[in-house]
Amino acid sequence: MAASSSKNTNLKGGKSAGADKNLCIKLYKEMVFSRRFEEKVNQAYTKGKFSGFCHLYIGQEALGVGVQACLKPEDYMLSGYRSHTQAFGKGISPYAVMAELFGKEDGCSRGKGGSMHMFSKEHRFLGGHGIVGGQVPLAAGVGFTIRYNDKDDICVCYLGDAASNQGQFFEALNMAATWSLPVLFVIENNKYGMGTDITRVTSVDRLYKRALAFDMDHSDVDAMNVITVHDHVKPIVDSMRKEKRPYLLEAKTYRYRGHSVSDPATYRTKDEVKDYQSRGPLVQMKNYLMNEFGFAEEELKSWDKEIKEQVKEIEAKADAAPFSDAKETWMHNYV
Amino acid sequence: MSEKTMSRIITMREALGEAMSEEMRRDDRVFLMGEEVAQYNGAYKVSKGMLDEFGPKRVWDSPISEAGFAGLGVGAAMTGLRPIIEMMTWNFGIQGFDQIINHAAKMLYMSGGQFNVPMVFRGPNGAAHMLGAQHSQSVEHMLATVPGLKVISIATPYDAKGLLKSAIRDDNPVIFLESEMMYGDKGEVPEEEYLIPIGEADIKRPGSDVTLIAWNKTVKPTLQAAEKLSAEGIDCEVIDLRTIQPMDEAAIFKSVSKTHRVVVVEEAWPFATVGSHIAARVGDEIFDELDAPVLRVANEFVSMPYAEHLEHEAMYSEEKIIAAVKKVTYK
Repeated sequence: MAASSSKNTNLKGGKSAGADKNLCIKLYKEMVFSRRFEEKVNQAYTKGKFSGFCHLYIGQEALGVGVQACLKPEDYMLSGYRSHTQAFGKGISPYAVMAELFGKEDGCSRGKGGSMHMFSKEHRFLGGHGIVGGQVPLAAGVGFTIRYNDKDDICVCYLGDAASNQGQFFEALNMAATWSLPVLFVIENNKYGMGTDITRVTSVDRLYKRALAFDMDHSDVDAMNVITVHDHVKPIVDSMRKEKRPYLLEAKTYRYRGHSVSDPATYRTKDEVKDYQSRGPLVQMKNYLMNEFGFAEEELKSWDKEIKEQVKEIEAKADAAPFSDAKETWMHNYV
Repeated sequence: MSEKTMSRIITMREALGEAMSEEMRRDDRVFLMGEEVAQYNGAYKVSKGMLDEFGPKRVWDSPISEAGFAGLGVGAAMTGLRPIIEMMTWNFGIQGFDQIINHAAKMLYMSGGQFNVPMVFRGPNGAAHMLGAQHSQSVEHMLATVPGLKVISIATPYDAKGLLKSAIRDDNPVIFLESEMMYGDKGEVPEEEYLIPIGEADIKRPGSDVTLIAWNKTVKPTLQAAEKLSAEGIDCEVIDLRTIQPMDEAAIFKSVSKTHRVVVVEEAWPFATVGSHIAARVGDEIFDELDAPVLRVANEFVSMPYAEHLEHEAMYSEEKIIAAVKKVTYK
């Protein structure tokens, strides 16, 4: 499966998500939830309710939601520092993620991780990592465990476009390919590593080509459309389970906001942002639901309103939740 | 030393190999990975015979990718395995410091107690002989400063075996420091199984006048210096720290309260070291017990030169230890 095509839907007889009305509704609602959650996070951060670094997933929803729809609960996931929504996608309660942002004891890392370090052993979400590319060898290790124990789980490892220039990325891909470790490496190519256009610092024009150096299966996908993402990733994941092989996916996506909340993103044009927004994940799916299944815009708005209400409640609850006792500082240094 | 019967003499490399093999027989989640550990039987033959016994599923030759396979070990440890990651030398291990410091050490803490990292990073530390600047560094003070890591540094086959077995059973990431110069050292090691607890120093020579604190390769010249000094009427107590982090402060304070004088002997550059930490802690806690300043014998503050006479000049030595002891005893 070494073909590379941005239009590759790869389904091989499988069912497109687009044909499943209930799935389409679910995917759309999850994307809206993801969007509204991050908007609320941004609002709370701007109001000074919490601090630290804060990287939002706004604009990239189709990727996280689309991939998640292809997984089973036993699958593992690791990510970088833009992972609030991937964390609750994997099953962590959105409240525990929000509480983590507020530094509260109810947070999924007991308020000791923060925005960049969401974790859940129960949901096999292994962080939330802040050293760019540092999570990639960890994912190879998870793949190693899966093989060692002869399971049919897979591990999804998200990394940014710029992380694919880290040495550890190459080391990990080499080991994963050499030892056939079932890890789906997903490069979230949102075009910019912080403020640097990836093409200014990268020798290849397409990041999936990195896989060529390791004879690793690879492709790219338009990650602005959740159905495309699902239909592309599902057969990859299904095949990885059987064949226990790694795969490198370049997901072409876009973040509407700056690198972090404090980044005004002056290194790109407003037109570029508008262009992506005009074919953004929510717009595309909204139109699809209306055109394909005949939903009225009012109905979609009512879902949105409901979700906004949920997110508001989550934020209020996290805001009101107690901080941990100061003795928490001394816990979890060692087992 | 153990109260158990000492029935045989084996080398340090055999003691380390026995520790790994016994733990792998005991727990099938334990595996060994590193450069040349399998088919080549180990760059220093520590893992000799292990591929034959345990097979390729549990004894892995890695690519030359220290950061990569250190990180692979961390990921495997987070998901239930118990890796032993061999660094051919800790100088190469520095390539893996990102995974050790940023990932292994912090995982339990930043996940709020969810993901512990039960694994061992082991290999030879410090200078061997005429290997030059990039192959002669000590890392214990660099790693012992990081919360979340345990750091062990051994000096005898007996301690090596007992402490490596404890390290493999420990549920935290453990740094285990050996030495190229000691793999051939012989010592008594019991046939029967034993464990040495992490965090306990060992008095290698009792004495009453000066406390000498050493670990790893500095233990031997420190003991030799103590013998020579005893002929001159200075009775030195030699403490082998064995574990750097957590440090056995009680053993240090007890000895210093008896001798009132301390010399730390270590293989590191002399700035911000384990020795300077010991000096600070002795000053913090038992200042009134001291009859002399705490002195440190360390390497000089230069990169390691290649030529033998220069290397000797740059390193701790028996002569420097003796001079320091005379200074704290005002002789």
